[in-house]
Order: sequence, then structure tokens, then C-alpha cells
Amino acid sequence: MGSGTEPAVSSISAFVPRFEYLRVTGLHAFYGESHILHGIDFTVNRGELVTLLGRNGAGRTTTLKAILGLVGKRTGSIMVNGREGIGLPTHKIAHLGIGYCPEERGIYASLSLEENLLLPPIVSSGGMSLEEIYEMFPQLAVRKNIQGSRLSGGEQQMLAMARILRTGATLLLLDEITEGLAPVIVQTLGRVIRGLKEKGLTIVMVEQNFRFAAPLADRHYVMEHGRIVEMVEKADLASRIDKLHEYLGV
Amino acid sequence: MTGMFGVSIQGLSGQLLVGLLNGSFYAILSLGLAIIFGLLNIINFAHGAQYMMGAFLAWIGMTYLGVNYWWALLLSPLLVGSFGMLLERGMLKRLYKLDHLYGLLLTFGLALIIEGLFRYRFGISGESYPVTEQLAGGRNLGFMFLPKYRVWVVVASLAVCFGTWYVIERTKLGSYLRAGTENPALLQAFGINVPLMITLTYGYGVALAAFAGVLAAPIFNVNPVMGSNLIITVFAVVVVGGMGSIMGSIVTGLGLGLIEGIVKSGMIANLLSATFDSVPVAGSIVYPIKLLFSPEASAVTVFVIMAIVLLVRPAGLFGRER
Repeated sequence: MGSGTEPAVSSISAFVPRFEYLRVTGLHAFYGESHILHGIDFTVNRGELVTLLGRNGAGRTTTLKAILGLVGKRTGSIMVNGREGIGLPTHKIAHLGIGYCPEERGIYASLSLEENLLLPPIVSSGGMSLEEIYEMFPQLAVRKNIQGSRLSGGEQQMLAMARILRTGATLLLLDEITEGLAPVIVQTLGRVIRGLKEKGLTIVMVEQNFRFAAPLADRHYVMEHGRIVEMVEKADLASRIDKLHEYLGV
Repeated sequence: MTGMFGVSIQGLSGQLLVGLLNGSFYAILSLGLAIIFGLLNIINFAHGAQYMMGAFLAWIGMTYLGVNYWWALLLSPLLVGSFGMLLERGMLKRLYKLDHLYGLLLTFGLALIIEGLFRYRFGISGESYPVTEQLAGGRNLGFMFLPKYRVWVVVASLAVCFGTWYVIERTKLGSYLRAGTENPALLQAFGINVPLMITLTYGYGVALAAFAGVLAAPIFNVNPVMGSNLIITVFAVVVVGGMGSIMGSIVTGLGLGLIEGIVKSGMIANLLSATFDSVPVAGSIVYPIKLLFSPEASAVTVFVIMAIVLLVRPAGLFGRER
């Protein structure tokens, strides 16, 4: 991969297809003494939806966290829309245009639903307005003054998604958004994700629920022991499904 | 009118005013501690020293530079708050990932150093700070004399306390602070400069202590140990209210100040006597309780209440179990 020196990268950039939106190169991540990611390389093009698949502990969540600088230490390169994020402090990384939906959803219990919704700062223009969000998630509008601690799991997940749509983020990192949710809510999320893709957002999804992810994703990266071991295009999915199941242990 | 339970109305209202005054100081100091603990996870033992610095800066300003009370009320908290921010950036910052105990030890050490330096420079006997002209004197209400300055202190502290509560609980800025208290990593991942927010919050908490110090300067003797005398009681208030609860610390501070005043008036001891002294066995059982709530023991009232609260609700009256 083109992990050359700085000047080389900039001179090459004219030849790199313009639609490459996220390029992760040689990403290593550590929590204290433990070395979790061992040189991750992957790219996501603008408007593409890519999943990170793998067993528990393969390093998928850590990959998202490492992009955001939420790990102990990280090295390598993380280019977001042509800007290097590896040396930035966490609060500046979001302003590269990233929206993050953590696995535990991260709804603040002491804040009301609407306060949660308004919490993340705007990171770039073109985000949805509060009205548009309430239109997209009508069930949130009714509950807007309820404390975060009193929301149901489904409501929390809607809120965690809605919250980052307001910020104008163009790259969404979504961690296990369907986990533990009723099928009807998973369907709603599927519709939401499809809508976001149509709007041209770039999405990286960590997902256990392969049946949810498969029809949405353009490509799948398979992770094992902190490395990317396989990349499967949507078109090849049918022919590679057995191999994929082998990796995922299902 | 003879008053209630053998306490004259003059005596009771006098003590209630003192109680309200002390309660105001408890409230504003424990509020600062609560805010700092909430976001920084640090028990700021230097709070008393910072309160003392506030009072001393006011005195120094007046004595050497001719800075009047009103300017001192503004400048002293700003200066001491900035000093706090330097402490946070230089030292406290390194301790966030460790146990509470380290922060407590560091700030305790800082308190001793700061106090020692002031003791070395200004001695122990203390300085007096005159009440500013506009607030001198008072009004005779018939049953008691109401000093203007004390009324001002109560009003100013309550205004600052409830203003702070409003900002934290009802505004956008406050929602950042509450979110930062709950899950700072995610807040930062959303793009909020959490380290800066922590520094400013510590600065504000410290500034509150210094503000209380300036308010206290004309009432108490300005001396290097004024903070350590008060802060022990304030910590007991924080334990009763529950660490980290904003409204809890305000209400508990005021409430305990008032209870202290009522105990000091002798009303509780008299009430216990009137009820139980004629009953043979109960009288002697109640006797130790009566001693604990006698006017002479009013200084320990807060600690007695703290012990009871710890037994019944270890997280404090307004605290949540962690």
C-alpha cells in the first residue's frame, strides 16, 4: 500500500481516486501493555458502507476506537478525507467529520433525551436539523424531555444514531447497533442506514448480525487477532459465504 | 413572648442567623468540592487553603494596593482560580487515572504547603478586614439586630450557589459538564475539548472557594489557618449530602448550618429535657444524646449527623451508590 514518506504521498495523491474517504495504514493500538491491533490496513470509499466482521476479541471495536484516539496508544496512519488524524487529540478527530456510535450506546443518564441529542457539537455543515431528526425518529420526539436513564434499549439506540446525524458527520463509525434489539427496531435501523447511504454518507460498521449487515454492505473486512485477514466484495458474497462462516465460527 | 422550649426568640433568631451564615459558607464550599469531584474525580483537600488565599488576597489588595472590597470580590477569585488552573495543568492532571486517594494526598500536601507559606509570611495571629462602608451597620428588627453585612453574605452565597446550579442543570454548558462527569471519553470523541473543560471546572471550583474567602474576610479573622478550621466541617457536609451532588451539597450545607444554629440555641437539649427528664429510665438513656445536642457541643453536631447518615445511607442523602 502507498505508505510512503510524506512528500511521496502528497505527490501521489493526484493519482489516488478521489472517492477514497478513509484510509487506515499500518494501524497498531495498545491498551497499556497489551498490543491489540497489529498493523491494520483498509480503505473505505466515499459513500461506501463497509463492515468489520470477526469473532469477539478480534479487534473490531478497538479499530473504531483507535481511529478516534480512544485507545492507550496508537501508531500508523489514519487519513480521513485527505487529512491525517493519527497525531490529533481525540476532540479534534471528531472535527474531521466523524460521528461515533459506541457499542454501549453511550446515552448520558443525567441528560434528557433532547440534551443528549444536542450534545455532540456540529463538526461540519449539512447535518440534519432537529425537526428532520424527529421526523425520521418520531418516537424520540414524544419522549424528548425524558431522562436518558429512563429510555428503553431501542430508544437509546435510535438516540445514539440520531445524535450523530445532527452533527453533519460524513463518516459514521457504528459499533454493534443492532445488539440486543427487537426485530422491528432492527428493521427500522436498516431503513435508516439505507437512507444514510443514499445521502452519500460513508459508513464503517462493526456488526455481529450478519443477516442485517450483508444486504447493506458494499464490502466486508474480516478481522482475526488484531489483523485484517480477508476482504469480501458484495458481489463475491455468495461464492465466499462458506469461507466467511468459517472465519466467524457460525 | 417567652420563646420556645425555654429559648428566647432573640436567642433563637440570633443563632438561626449565625446558622444561616455558616450554612451559606458550607453550601458554597461544598458546592465547589462537589463540582470538582464530579468531573475530576479528585477530592480537593486544598479547598480550605484556597478559601484562605481568597481572604488573604482581599486583605493584601486592600492593605498594599488599596483595592476595595467589591474589586476584591471579583479579582481575588479570578486570581486564585487561575492559580488553581495552573495546579491542575501542572500536577492534578497526572493523577486522573489513579485512585481518589492520590488526588487527596496531593491536594492535602498542597494545602499544608500553602498554609505553611502564609503562616511563615503573615504569622498566625491574623489580620482584620473592615466591613465595607456600604454594608456596615444593620437594622434593629425589635427582637434582634440584623447586621447588613451578614444578610449580604447569605444573599450573595445563595445567589452564586443557585446560579451555579442553574448553569449546570439547565444550560447547554451544564450539559457538557454533566456528560463529562458521566463519560468523558465519549464526550471527547464527539469533539469536545474535555481537558480544557476539566481545567476550567477546577478553576471555577477553586474560584468559588476564594469567593467564599473574600465574603468571610470581614466576619472572621483573616489568618492562615481559617481554611483548615472550616474545611473539616465542610467535608462532613459533603459526606452527609453525598459526594458529587450539586443540589445536595447546597441544601445540605444550608440545612446543617441551620441545625447547628438550632442546637447552639439550646432548643434541642431543652426539648429533650422537657420530654424525657420526668420519665425515670428514658431520662438516663436519653442523657448522652442530650449531651451531644447541647449548645456546648454544637461544634460536633455536623459530625454526629455525619455518623448517623453514614450508618443509614452510606452514599449520603443525595448521593447515588456507585
